[in-house]
Amino acid sequence: MWRDALLVAAKDLRIEARSRVVLNQVAPFAVLVLVLFALALGPDRGPLRQAAPGLFWVAVLFASVLAVQRSAAVETTDSSRDGLRLSGIDPAGAFLGKAAAVALELLVLEVVVGAGALVLFGSSVRSPGALVAASLAGTAGLAAAGTLYGALSTGTRMRETLLPLLFLPVAAPVLLAGTRAWQAALGTMASSAGDPWVRILLVFAAVYLALGVVVFGALQEAS
Amino acid sequence: MASAVLLRGAVALSGRFPALAGVDLEVAPGEVVVLFGPNGAGKTSVLRACAGLLAISQGDAMVLGHDLRRHRTAVRRVVGMLGHEPALYDDLTVAENVRFGVRAAGADPGAVDPVIERLGLGGRVRRTPAARLSAGQRRRVALAGLIARAPRLWLLDEPHAALDSEARDLLDDALREATASGATALVASHEPDRVLPLADRVVDMAGGRVTGQQRGQRPRQLPGGAHVA
Repeated sequence: MWRDALLVAAKDLRIEARSRVVLNQVAPFAVLVLVLFALALGPDRGPLRQAAPGLFWVAVLFASVLAVQRSAAVETTDSSRDGLRLSGIDPAGAFLGKAAAVALELLVLEVVVGAGALVLFGSSVRSPGALVAASLAGTAGLAAAGTLYGALSTGTRMRETLLPLLFLPVAAPVLLAGTRAWQAALGTMASSAGDPWVRILLVFAAVYLALGVVVFGALQEAS
Repeated sequence: MASAVLLRGAVALSGRFPALAGVDLEVAPGEVVVLFGPNGAGKTSVLRACAGLLAISQGDAMVLGHDLRRHRTAVRRVVGMLGHEPALYDDLTVAENVRFGVRAAGADPGAVDPVIERLGLGGRVRRTPAARLSAGQRRRVALAGLIARAPRLWLLDEPHAALDSEARDLLDDALREATASGATALVASHEPDRVLPLADRVVDMAGGRVTGQQRGQRPRQLPGGAHVA
């Protein structure tokens, strides 16, 4: 399973390195979301600083839909989905590999969006460790849940519109917990208040990683 | 000796419609069986079922000793399929596509380079992303992937389609070599002139069932390497 996961992750990352869809399209989209929200909230830095954690996670959430859609699309063009199934790769390994690749892409994107949010909104980081922990746990959860729902929507004709409908409500806990954890890390609420939210993010990630390992194969066969 | 493929009353559905309506088919190890029949006869469905891509809903289905209904991943590691569409990743190069398939199947990565050269995909083509290849070249890459994986069961669906005469000969040679070393092949085709010389047996299909069979024209190999027609 782990060998297959590495193989699939390396393959997906190589495809991204060559196509640069996430870097050239998804990351600018996420930054654009951030800027548009900032424009909507007005020039006053106070409210912007308060809203920065939420805006960051909203931007990441929308970007993760596109990243997951891209990850699923790679397996559906020119019957390559059959190719992945025919390759004999363990479905659990395929799930972990695809989720790991999406997570790495999102982490790179988060560095760009996070830096943008801090600069745009004039926020400062009080607790970098908590910020990184929340980002890692939230990203793992988004990647795992996204990969799972990406596979679920793959077999449908309406996959482009169905994925956000399925995935965004499910990812709401990441938005909420990620925002609270970031608020604590940025000092807009007590720093100790962030720990429970990081734990929620970890539980979310663990649940969806376990679920994906178990059901991804069945979803592949059904789609 | 156990059969390489054993289907007994195999039923498979494609959506709500029966793709296979009770297929009985037994293929011995090393045998080359060609499936003939009109469009919709069930030839491709037999191949897809043997590759674990089409679920068998009733009947018995064994491939290379594995129960198809329970051990699909194990079956997929030992079969190789050349379907209508070459299953390639557009953004990966020729070499990367072939290497991924070989590593996924746990086959010998050392086979990749010689096969790529043999299929005429070396040099600049080797480093070309699959998206920039012609239809015939893409088919060659898929064939290279199949040969490099060295599967124990070859599932070939209209294998000569979109290939030029040189590539067709390469495919035939590769199939002969593979079966001479013990691999088994199931071939669906509409080109009797091309595939009959490769076949040990020809199976006729219609309506998702086997309707008859006859001997093929493949020279049988005797112990010691001699051939009889």
